[in-house]
Parts: sequence; structure tokens; C-alpha cells
Amino acid sequence: MIPVLLIVIPLVSGLIAFLLKQERAVKAWALLSAIATLVVSLLGLTVMKQESWLQFNKPWLPYLGSNFHVGMDGMAQVLCLLTAVTLPIIFIATWNNSYKKAHNFFALMLLSQAGLMGVFVALDALLFYFFWELALIPVYFLCSQWGNERRIAATFKFFIYTFLGSLFMLIGIIYIYQLTPGKSFDIQAFYSADIPGPAQEWLFWLMFAAFAIKMPIFPLHTWQPDAYEQSPTAATMVLSAVMVKMGVFGVLRWLTPVLPFASYVHGDTVGTLCVTGIIYASLVALQQDDLKRLVAYSSIAHIGLMALAIFVPSNMGMHGVMIQMFNHGINILGLWIVVELIERQMGTRKMSELGGLAQKAPALAILLVVVALANVALPLTNAFIGEFMMFAGIFTSAASQYHYAFAGAAMVAVILSAVYTFNMIQKVFYGNTSTLTAGARDIRINEKLVLSAIVIMIIAIGVYPAPLLEMTQGAVDAIFSKMITKQS
Amino acid sequence: MMFTGILSNNKRLVSVIGVLGMTALVVVNLLEMSGMRFFTIDLHNMLWFDTFGLLFNTIAFVCTLVYFLLSGRDIERVGTHVAEYYALTFFVLCGVSLASSFNSLLMLFLAIEIISIPLYVLTGSDKRNLKSNEASLKYLLMGSFSTGLMLMGITFIYGAKGSFDMDVIRMGSGELTPMLGAGILLLLFSIAFKVSAAPFHFWTPDVYDGAPTVFTSFMATVVKAASFIAFIRLFDHSFGDLHKEWQLMVAIITAATLFIGNITAVFQQSVKRMLAYSSIAQAGFMLFALVAMNQTAKEGLIFYTAAYSLATIGIFAILIKMKDYTFEGFNGLAKYHPVLAATNAIFLFSLAGIPATAGFWAKYYMLASAVQQGHLLWLVIVGLVCAAISVYYYFRVIQAMYFKEGDPQPIDASPAFKGLLIGIAGIVVLLGIWPEWLIDKLYFFF
Repeated sequence: MIPVLLIVIPLVSGLIAFLLKQERAVKAWALLSAIATLVVSLLGLTVMKQESWLQFNKPWLPYLGSNFHVGMDGMAQVLCLLTAVTLPIIFIATWNNSYKKAHNFFALMLLSQAGLMGVFVALDALLFYFFWELALIPVYFLCSQWGNERRIAATFKFFIYTFLGSLFMLIGIIYIYQLTPGKSFDIQAFYSADIPGPAQEWLFWLMFAAFAIKMPIFPLHTWQPDAYEQSPTAATMVLSAVMVKMGVFGVLRWLTPVLPFASYVHGDTVGTLCVTGIIYASLVALQQDDLKRLVAYSSIAHIGLMALAIFVPSNMGMHGVMIQMFNHGINILGLWIVVELIERQMGTRKMSELGGLAQKAPALAILLVVVALANVALPLTNAFIGEFMMFAGIFTSAASQYHYAFAGAAMVAVILSAVYTFNMIQKVFYGNTSTLTAGARDIRINEKLVLSAIVIMIIAIGVYPAPLLEMTQGAVDAIFSKMITKQS
Repeated sequence: MMFTGILSNNKRLVSVIGVLGMTALVVVNLLEMSGMRFFTIDLHNMLWFDTFGLLFNTIAFVCTLVYFLLSGRDIERVGTHVAEYYALTFFVLCGVSLASSFNSLLMLFLAIEIISIPLYVLTGSDKRNLKSNEASLKYLLMGSFSTGLMLMGITFIYGAKGSFDMDVIRMGSGELTPMLGAGILLLLFSIAFKVSAAPFHFWTPDVYDGAPTVFTSFMATVVKAASFIAFIRLFDHSFGDLHKEWQLMVAIITAATLFIGNITAVFQQSVKRMLAYSSIAQAGFMLFALVAMNQTAKEGLIFYTAAYSLATIGIFAILIKMKDYTFEGFNGLAKYHPVLAATNAIFLFSLAGIPATAGFWAKYYMLASAVQQGHLLWLVIVGLVCAAISVYYYFRVIQAMYFKEGDPQPIDASPAFKGLLIGIAGIVVLLGIWPEWLIDKLYFFF
């Protein structure tokens, strides 16, 4: 029941939100719905842990062998929790923004949440594809309608990119479906499909294209900085905190366990792409003056590391990916909120035009520093746990003979990330105040609230990650056992 | 229908009778499907009504009914001879039901002719418009040419097999004699012309653009779908055993159609012309069914015709109300006519094949049928790339409606019109969530 509720609550409340005309009413309604979803997802973690609560299976398209099969394992729970946490944070943080046609805006936000939840809980390939696309449509409208100047072109590029990728995935899904015993789209049938080696190899690239575009992995990342920059910040938050995780999640659930042979054979190729992407994105991030673009490139680097840990697999590395998916979502949310605050107050995102904010807004500065420390994965922050596990995993992986090289190259990126993150803090918060920042004031209570919540989560997970690790242990073992991980 | 024009000069009355007649047709057809027949005529095996044909008839009739209801007002506006327009439409439908049930090549020829001749007239019905006349003449000339090809093909096949009867043609050795081959090729070309497959598509944009928009809507949907049903029926029943021989040929035609339709559509400035090219592109997808020619393909084609016709009729109904057919004409539509814009967006989603609309399943069935064939993956990839291209031009309309500012156009949309549009959009979405509801009807009716 829990996964169904997670889809239905945002879906229905989103549709209702279309009809509410008053801006304040629709804001309250959206927040209420987001909190209800959060409560449900927390219930699934704590009180209603039994299988019967977490699974739901009803026939949908019997002739095709597709069921409305949803369920949650540890990985789905972590990502659902992330999605459920993200929306209320976004709504509270952007409470003071006013939008044209607010009812449409909030309705689309809720609909995108429904789509995302669907992606994470679907255990049927066709259903997964369905939600995969449905999550995209509301975001497309959000970004094109409320974004910045070049929004239409940027979002369109993003849309066509991901749509083409998902079509490739669809072909992959249909082909694997032909090979499943008893023709079914169910995930278990996919896992037990007998796919010959050569077919695995091209299927791998078809499916990988979809996920790689979403994550994004070099060289398919070009849509991302533009889309992030041009989208309204609330939509950017959804995109970067949750939507890119769809790609990582898709690889973990639908790619590596289904096509283990090809994942093993092409692991090094993908690993090379990831490492190239990590270093490239970090170097580009160094050069950025625009805060949004800086965060966007930094995100490419972080996601690239996750992908590397999946394709140079090890149990510990995968475990690191699981919790890093959550951590990265939280951290980048924090960064976006700060960027949004700065932009709204100063009217610019250019680092060169800012400076000295720490004197004017001390609370903001303190909170940002913590988030930034988490972004560079300092010990005692949540990202340290995740990145440490991933690096340790890559370093000790038995699946690739280049694992030392991969780990070493990725390490360089951590140093670079420290350079650009601290550079940003220095330019924005310290130094002399510019004309723009002279009149700045400190943040409002609601903004302080969400940022503190994020900071608390960062430190809590950084100090005591055990609950998250326990939650995902089962999922990691299940996926890992299906992969080929030893050199023979 | 013809005589109502004599009896009454009242345009409204004619429309009402048209709608009533259409409803009667739908009802009779549904009864026929459920096994209730009013009378039986010995047709000497010339026609054969199976569920496949009957289900398609239902779809075609329902679509036409919807079309009458949505665009009746605009049919009245084309010219003074309203009764004739309705009558001609009914003649076309007569051809459509022949096309979905023929069992003899003679009947096929008859069906195609009954469909085509009224259309020549309808295309030219805007008598004072030079473009309409030009389109009509072009259509007539090209159409007669393809009819000639078809006749020649039928003659060749008669020569090879000694019968027009498709059951007889099917029998005999599966060997491809030169004469039979020539016959199949000529038939293939002539029907490819009717469904506007490349490289026989050149008439389509001009004719669709020149014809009065209401009739373009009808031509691009019901008529095109009927030609497809005839196409698959002919090749399945008569030449199914020779599938391997002509498959590659059709596959190449399909790929060419997809490419030309989609890529040319990208460069159009007028939405009406874009829709003409998009109809070529959609024809490319429907041709997948012919290439694959398996159970999935046939189910899928039925579904495709329904999904495509409903969405296209809806878009055209909105387009007719616009003064300005360019993309700019749609600017800011969402602001002044939210209902029209929202339903239009759903129809465009459906054409683009976005999930949760009927169009997604239509494309799904087509792609799945080709994947099942195993060795046609190159064609599937071509299809995919083209589907992605099609998103580009369909979404240009959505962008214009939602994200660009524009002046409001005076659009007279009655509440009934809007209600009907919402109804169709609802059906499109419902079919997008439970596609098997329609496909079930092929096997279990009532």
C-alpha cells in the first residue's frame, strides 16, 4: 500500500491543485500534500515495515504480461525518502517567491513528484518506462514556462535528449521482454531472461544511453548546465536533487543486474567515460563565474563518481553509491537554496559581482559553509561516508584491472572540488562588499529553518550513518550477487 | 442524404440528418459485431466481414461521427452545397467499409475508387479558391495514375493465378513467378500512393494544404486509415506466404517514408502543412505493421488508426477555428483559450507518442511487432530517431501555445465544442492507460 500511496497522494493533489485559483491556498495545499507524502514514506520506514505493506501487485495489461507491480526495497526506500524530503524543503524555501499562474506551477511540481515516486517503486519494466517519461513532462513545462530568458531552447534540448534516450531504452525493454520466460515485463522475469552475449552487448548500450543521458555521463552531459541555468530554481532543485538519481537508480535496478555480462565487459569503457567526465567537469567548474553553472558542473562530477563506483563494482562501493544518492540530493538542495537566496536578493549569480556577504548575512554564511564542506566530502559530513566507501570500493574492486588508475584519477577530482567550492565561498562571502551586496540582509526564518534542517541531516548522517547503511544492505547484496565481479 | 438538399435549404437540418445517419451506422455496425444481423445477402465470397474489419468500421464510423459533431459548423461554411458534402462523405464511408472487408481484388478496386472519387470532389469544393482547384486537379491526375497501376497489378495477378478471389490467390505454390512478382509490385506501389508512402507522397502536402481544412481533416484520418486496412488485408490474405519476398521492399519504403515525412515536417512554417507531413510520418509508423505482419502488428494497426484518427481530428478541429495557420498563430493560445490549448496539447502528445496517451501504445505495438521479427532492428532504430524528430515539430506548437506571448485570436468555441474536445482528450488518455480495452474487442465483443 505504501508505494501506491506515494504515487497517488501527489498525483491526486496535483490534479486538484490545477483547480485552485488563489496563490496562497495552492501553496498551502501543495505543502500539505508534500508533507503527507513525507509522513507516508516515513511510516514505510518505521512502523509499516512488513513486506505486505511495501508490495502491491495488480494486473494491468494481462495480454502483454505487464502488471501494476510496485514495491520497495532498501534502495527504493532511500530514494523515495529523498523525493519526499525534497518537495517540502523546496516549498518552504521558496515560500516567498510568487509565480505567475501559481496553481499550474505547484500542480506540475506535485505531478513530477508522482512520476518520480513511480520510477523508484516500479517493479515492472513497462510501468517503469511509463513513469520514467511521465516524470519528464511536468518538468518540461515547469522549466519552459517559468525559466529564464533562454529557457525554451535549453529545455527543449533537454527534452529531446532524454526522450531519444528513453526510446532507446524502450527498444531494449521490448527486446529483453521477448527473451523472458513466459513473456512478462516483471522484474524477476527480466532478471531470469536468458540473453545471449552479443545481444547483451548492444542492448547494454541502448539502455545505457537512456540512463547516461539522465545522469548525465560525459559526453552526454551537454544539456545539463543549460537546463539547470535556465530553469526556475525550484525546478532545478527537483532536477538535480532527485531526477538525476533516476539515471543512477535505473542502472542499478534495470541495467547491471539484467545485463551482467555486458556490464562486466564494458565496465572499463564506461569507467573511462566516467573518469573523463569527472575531471572534465571539475576543471570546467573551476572556470565558472555563474553560481548555477558551477553547481551544475560540480553535480556532473559527483554523479560521475557514483557511476564509476557502479561500473567498477564492489560491495562496499555500491553501498557507498546507495547512501551517496541520498546525501548528494540533500547537499545539492542546500547549495541551490543558497544560490536562490543570493540571486533573489542581489539579482545576480555572478561571483565576480558579489563579495562580503558574510558580514551582512552571518547565518547564511555559516549554513552555507557547512553545506559546502559536505560538498567537498569533509569528514563528519554525510558525503564523506559515501565518497569514502565509493573510493575504497573502487580501489579494491576485483572486476577491473584498472581500478587503481580509476581511483587515482577520481581522487584528483576531489581536490579540484575543494578548490572550486572554497573559491566560491571566498568570492561570495568574504572580501569587500560590492555595491550589490552592500544592502543585503540576513535570511528569513523559513529559509533558516530549511537550511538548518539540511545541515542537521548532513551532520547526523555524517556522524551516525548506520540506519541508512542498514536499510540499503539488502538491496546492495541482491544487486551485487547478480553481477559478474571477478576477473576470470 | 443526397436528396435532403432538395427537400430543405436549411443547413442545420442537413447537419442534423448527417449526424443521425452516422449514429445509425455506428449502432448497426455494433450490432453486427455482437452477432445480431438484420439480413444476410449471399455475396459470392466477394466480401468477408470479420471482426478485424468490423472493428475498424466501428472506429472509422465513430471517428466520422466525432468529426461531424466537432466540425459540422465548418462544413456548412465551406460552400452552399452542404448536403452534397455530407453525401460525399457517406459515399467515402461506403468505400471504407468495402476496404475493410473485401475478399476479392475486384472489390478492392471498387473500394479504392469509391473512396477516391468523392474525395476529388471534396478537395475542390472550395470553388473560388485557386489552391483548392489546383489541389483537386493534382489529386485527380495522380490518383488516376495510381489507379491505372493498380488495375495493371490486378491483371497480372489474375493472369498468374486465374482468379480475383483472394483465397484462390493465396493457394498454390509459394513460388514467386515473374508475373506474380510484377503484380505484387504494382499493387504495392499503387496502395503506397494511397497511403502517401515515400516515394509516392508528393501529392500529399499540396492536396492537404489546398483542400478546405475540414476535408483535409477527414482525408488525413479516416480515409488514410482505411487505405491502411485495405493494404494490410490484401497483403496478409493474398500474399502472406510470400512475406519474405516483399518484406525488404516494404521495409525500405517505410524507412524512406519516415525520414522524408519527419525531416520535411521540421521545416514547415504552417501548422496545416506540418500536419500534412506529419501524416506522412505517421503513415511510416503504420507501415511497420505491414513490414512485420504478425499478430501484434495487426492489433497494433487497429489501435494506431484509432489513436491517430482521434488525435488528428481533434487538432484539425482546433486548427479550423484559427485564422492564422502559422506557428505564430498559436502564440499565447493557452492564455485566452486554456481548454483548447490543453486538449490540443494532449492530442499532440498522443501524436508524438508520449506515455499515458493512446499514441504511445500505438507506437509501442508497432515497434514491438518489428522487434519480434528479430532481423529488422535497423528499421526500429530509424523509427526511433524519427520519433524523436517528430517531438521537435509537435512541441513547437505546444511551445507556441504555452510559452510565447501572442495576441488573442477571435475564436468562437461553443461550450459543446469544448466539452466534446475534453471528451476526446479523455478517451485518448484512457486508451493510453488501458490500451487493452480496445484490443480486447478484436477477440471478445460483449
